[in-house]
Amino acid sequence: MRDFSDEELERYSRHIILEDVGIEGQEKILNSKVLIIGAGGLGSPVALYLAAAGVGEIGIVDGDVVDLSNLQRQVIHTTSEVGTAKVISAKRKMEAINPNIKVTVYQTMLDASNILEIVKGYDFIIDGTDNFSAKFLINDACIIANKPYSHGGILRFGGQTMTIKPHESACYACVFDSPPPANAIPTCSSAGILGAVAGMLGTIQATEALKVIVGVGEPLYNRLLSFDAKAMSFRNINFKKNPKCRVCGGEGIKELRDYEAVVCEMKR
Amino acid sequence: MKITINGEAKELRDGLSITELLVVENVEMPEMVSVQLNDEFLKQDEYAATIVKEGDDINFLYFMGGGA
Ligand SMILES: [Zn+2]
Repeated sequence: MRDFSDEELERYSRHIILEDVGIEGQEKILNSKVLIIGAGGLGSPVALYLAAAGVGEIGIVDGDVVDLSNLQRQVIHTTSEVGTAKVISAKRKMEAINPNIKVTVYQTMLDASNILEIVKGYDFIIDGTDNFSAKFLINDACIIANKPYSHGGILRFGGQTMTIKPHESACYACVFDSPPPANAIPTCSSAGILGAVAGMLGTIQATEALKVIVGVGEPLYNRLLSFDAKAMSFRNINFKKNPKCRVCGGEGIKELRDYEAVVCEMKR
Repeated sequence: MKITINGEAKELRDGLSITELLVVENVEMPEMVSVQLNDEFLKQDEYAATIVKEGDDINFLYFMGGGA
């Protein structure tokens, strides 16, 4: 077991006194590596909480710069950072919260040509992306690379999330098969999102990552947690891995491909 | 006919297909839901020929693509 410094013992004391975490669980967190894809509405709270928790290495991927319209929900970025690369802005705040962690930035958009190389260095992946082509690509890559990950999606006042253990629990494609037709998708800025709803879902994803890392509780395997914040109602929908799944069933997929990207006409 | 939709008990007329059920239930964009019938997910080309039966447990899972 590693020697915790006095600073670490104090910093993580509220984790360590948790019966289900303890010093062993905190050591697992400090030794863990998590990749956050997207430094936006979901990625912001995930990055803040995982940095605070002491996740030893955090990778964060985003090719965008901070825009004024992001600040209503992307709480890791500040007004003075409009125009700054999101990954740089995020890294600053993560290191300010916890200088003991290592933050690696990838100022790029993931595609079939680079995702496997990036994903392979991490133990757990967070999907904080805002489009279906990325969400299905992340699912495919995590199944091929055998990396557990958290799917997250938000829309207006709603959110959904599931945690995937490749080849053991149902994957995103077991449930949703393929991206919906481009003309049906209300995911862009026209659909809107209540900022705090992004925080609700992101903190659930961060909690799931920590549960899987520590090995405590029941992650959202084989179920989709779906909530409607207007009614403030939460629901679990249970399912099983689909043996005929296009991605994780039978022969499954062997190679990555890019899904058709849906371009938003309005600026995010 | 008594069935369960998204966890709620409903009373609906007999003989509805999944395609008709989506209309009855005011699902505005059927392309944006995945339909689960008693633990199995249906393909869209199975909707028309799949007839809902007494006691079926149906979930409409909406695609949510946002995150940024
Ligand atoms: Zn699958």
